[in-house]
Amino acid sequence: MKKENAKQMIIKQAFYRSLPVMAGYLVLGTGFGILLRSAGYGTFWAFAMSLFIYAGSMQYVGVGMIAGGASVLTMAVTTLMVNARHLFYSISMVDRYKDAGKYKPYLIFALTDETYSLLCDGTVPEGSDPDLYRFLVSAFNHSYWVAGSVLGSLLGAVLPFSTAGIEFSMTALFIASYTEQWITANDHIPALTGLIGTFVSLWIFGPERFLIPAMLLITFVLTVLRGRTDARKAEVTR
Amino acid sequence: MKAAVLVAVMSAVTILLRALPFLVFRKKTPAYIVYLGKVLPPAIIGMLVIYCLKDVQWMKAPFGLPELVAGVCVAALQIWRRNAVTSILTGTVIYMLLIRVL
Repeated sequence: MKKENAKQMIIKQAFYRSLPVMAGYLVLGTGFGILLRSAGYGTFWAFAMSLFIYAGSMQYVGVGMIAGGASVLTMAVTTLMVNARHLFYSISMVDRYKDAGKYKPYLIFALTDETYSLLCDGTVPEGSDPDLYRFLVSAFNHSYWVAGSVLGSLLGAVLPFSTAGIEFSMTALFIASYTEQWITANDHIPALTGLIGTFVSLWIFGPERFLIPAMLLITFVLTVLRGRTDARKAEVTR
Repeated sequence: MKAAVLVAVMSAVTILLRALPFLVFRKKTPAYIVYLGKVLPPAIIGMLVIYCLKDVQWMKAPFGLPELVAGVCVAALQIWRRNAVTSILTGTVIYMLLIRVL
């Protein structure tokens, strides 16, 4: 009985943690489902793509490429380019997910931008199994994405009301995460590096191709700054 | 059939990218990677904030005002209440109102 309560508790906590992503994923997923249907691929495809690919921006790009009959090589290279940022998410989670056991494969598979932003600060509710908690947060997010896609596919283009602007929930999620980690962190250099490095890269390379240069620049600057005393402290206190 | 192959390719490449660092750093995680794991998250969140705002037209009406006002509200609410759900929902509603009136 006591164990049952603990399990319900952790499910509740994981669900609450995933709430900020829910609105965004339902809406973006719905948008994807609508787009895919208009390209001639129905509910089964929306379900399968969201279940097995689970990478928002790539799925949007992929719709046009599937409809246009892109080659396998073009698709592979494009996916590599659009999703290369996931390498960096995984690199920063290598240590945290190392001993996640049976949950590890799924945790790695489900590491999207949004899930990463929820789990990257490493906090878990007191007394709960961290791996189970992270698994549940990841699975909740995944279910919103799949549900949104299927919903969009079923609805087609007939939505009862205008949802224009609801995509800002993703921006808001990242701004809230950024603010929260700023409040809790002692060392603000990494956060500033991310902001400034990306801005510089956007300025130089333009909105279409700044993301990878930004990541390389950020990683380079943070590597150079590794000798700082604060950074040394961070390594020791881990 | 072709579509199924393309979906499989997208899925496989995405999984490969997500799994690669875990395969490479299988045994003892190098100190450098531990360090990156510590400093990359706040930096990448900052990057994602800019990424979301990359297509805002700052020089044309409404000069990115909806994004700016709603974004500041999200940050302010987060500082005040420390509750992500409240910050995000309020900020999004403010944004949806602003793009309709501005």
